[in-house]
Amino acid sequence: MQLAIFWIFAFFMVFFGALVVLLRNPVSSAMSLVLSFLFLAGLFMTLDAFFIGIIQVLVYAGAVMVLFLFIIMLLDLKSEKQRKLKVGAWLGGGAVLAGFVYTILHVVGRMPGAEQAMPVLPGGVGSDVARIGWVLFERYNMPLQVVGVLLLVATVGVVILSRKELK
Amino acid sequence: MDCTQIYQIVMMPEVFLVWTSLAKILGLLGIVLGLVSYTVYAERRVSAFIQDRLGPNRVGPQGLIQPIADAFKLVLKENFMPAGVNKFFYYIAPKLSMIPAILVLAVLPFGSTLLGVPMVIAGIDIGVLWVFAVSSLGVYGIVLAGWASNSKYSFLGGIRSSSQMISYELSLGLSVIPVFMVVGTLNLPEIVLYQVKNGWLIAPFWPQGFDLAKLAENPGGAWEMVVASFAAGFSLQKLLLWVPLFLSFIVFLVSIFAETNRAPFDLPEAEQELVAGYHTEYSSMGFALFFLGEYAAMIAASGVIVTLFLGGWSLPLVPDGSAESFFGLSFVPGWLAGVLWGFVNIGVFFGKVIALLLFMIWVRWTVPRFRYDQLMKLGWYFFFELALFNILLTALVLIFVP
Amino acid sequence: MAIVVKRAKLSLLEKLYFPALIGGLLITIRHFKNMFFGKTKVTMQYPEERWDEHLPPHYRGAPTLVTDEVGRERCVACQLCEFICPSRAITIHPEEIPAHEKWGKVEKRPKTFEIDMVRCIYCGMCQEVCPEQAIFLRKDYLVIGYSRKEMVHDKARLYELGGVMDGLVLKWNEKK
Repeated sequence: MQLAIFWIFAFFMVFFGALVVLLRNPVSSAMSLVLSFLFLAGLFMTLDAFFIGIIQVLVYAGAVMVLFLFIIMLLDLKSEKQRKLKVGAWLGGGAVLAGFVYTILHVVGRMPGAEQAMPVLPGGVGSDVARIGWVLFERYNMPLQVVGVLLLVATVGVVILSRKELK
Repeated sequence: MDCTQIYQIVMMPEVFLVWTSLAKILGLLGIVLGLVSYTVYAERRVSAFIQDRLGPNRVGPQGLIQPIADAFKLVLKENFMPAGVNKFFYYIAPKLSMIPAILVLAVLPFGSTLLGVPMVIAGIDIGVLWVFAVSSLGVYGIVLAGWASNSKYSFLGGIRSSSQMISYELSLGLSVIPVFMVVGTLNLPEIVLYQVKNGWLIAPFWPQGFDLAKLAENPGGAWEMVVASFAAGFSLQKLLLWVPLFLSFIVFLVSIFAETNRAPFDLPEAEQELVAGYHTEYSSMGFALFFLGEYAAMIAASGVIVTLFLGGWSLPLVPDGSAESFFGLSFVPGWLAGVLWGFVNIGVFFGKVIALLLFMIWVRWTVPRFRYDQLMKLGWYFFFELALFNILLTALVLIFVP
Repeated sequence: MAIVVKRAKLSLLEKLYFPALIGGLLITIRHFKNMFFGKTKVTMQYPEERWDEHLPPHYRGAPTLVTDEVGRERCVACQLCEFICPSRAITIHPEEIPAHEKWGKVEKRPKTFEIDMVRCIYCGMCQEVCPEQAIFLRKDYLVIGYSRKEMVHDKARLYELGGVMDGLVLKWNEKK
């Protein structure tokens, strides 16, 4: 059952991921990417990582891709649709793809963890949300705070830069 | 195969889960879709009353059959597709705006229990995040409709809607964090159970251990008992927590208004400027789906507010589905009493939702629409900061006041 | 010259927006309450409530043909109304009255007299122009039909709607 679900989600994720590249209409590509994200979130959830799955949907499918779509909609789509691919582009893209696949296979093949199944997570206290919270705030509290301050600085900087009456 | 065998199959855990879930889904969907059409009716009637008109009162007594007549009219209309639209996205956009609104319902606990079956379709641990994630997908329907319609009005509506929804998702998400800090879980049924025990989150004064059965035994000491139970339920921390929780309730409510594109934040469909915004070019069932999706989103949002802040299906002094007696009536057996109270709980939940819907309608016909820059300013300069400050305040209260 | 609009300085309470919001909500709920308990006057609920008794005497409803007090049809088919009608709603085919009939001296009467109520604009010019006071705008305002054909009022219908009307035109009196 779980295996079947894995293959279904994995297949559709890769399928829509491929469509992102193959479809000529940028809006279709963006929507394919959203679907790909949704299936990826499904994969996370089959691994009982509900929190990561739902954050995947919330952040990437729900917020980042909406911004993408927002920008894409303001583009001139007709010129993009009419563009023809050249042979060189095909070859170059294919080379990059092949190299990428080779690298991944190489790295994953060398990974010691890839040989056997991952050990079952220790049944901790509460849900996976609580567990992630514990890990973040107990073990990685300092980095978390630093990242938070960094983001805050970035936000304040953006606000200052985007003010009109900057003198 | 005889009856006992069928019974055994039906009561197998997996099979039991499947058919009870199906029954819950069908029941909830039926209630909500009925509620949607009558919300439309209420909207028209209430708006008319507020504007000193009568509203639809022709079809059936007081116009109560109007929603059905509307549905027939919409189904029978021509589904017109303008020239130059992107057919696939034009076709799929109304569905995309309807589906997320309905998916949100999956995690809402709309009742306590019926015969031991919890009245929530999926009581997952990440309930609230699910609500946010799914409702954030709802923006695609609107944006794609605006883009695919090949119309300036629709396009402007779609653009406005996407930026509005992204902006208010922030304060929406941040404003509920105090709730989780107080309750300590994201699971919606558990949040409701917390409120059953400790009082609704926006009402800090709550009787603790108050019980109708005990009161019946000692009717004379009712007043002392009420005072004692209120004193038991009172604490300084609770009183102080009321401030951030009320703030977060206000921020959440306003953000929900913006998120569901309701007035005063209905800029995406501003009739006076954009005709009807993103659904200008839609007719027949396409238009109906947008319309229903909007109202279904309203209902789902009200359900979320009710669950998070207003105690969900709980009402003071009303027992839940595990109760054994129904007003002490001897001819009602124990299991039936539980079922009856279970239905009362479901009724309480939908009663609260309806009250909130009426409030939303009331606000819509009172407040004029915000200007676009005012909307953005309000979201980014005011509610975002307020929500952040609120989290800090909650944390301080939780740490320093025992 | 540019006009500088002075913005009023808002107090903190006004800036908070909520007091004004609550005030607005109270106003609307008052309207709702008055309407709900039937205190607000509403417009006439037309098919159930009608205005018939209050129609003024000069009300211009559907044009009709009338007979005089002795039952003679007043119209002499002069066709002035047909010519004056701005929307050309009236069609008249005249015929001669045989000399041996009672009103033979009138000489002319309409064989058919049709008013297309789809075209009629209720202007009353036919009534104004009629030298015989034969056509009057009565108080019928409910002109209903399922087809265009039904909306054409023929002679019989026009007399049925018009009825009898005493007039000032006395030139066809028997005594004269």
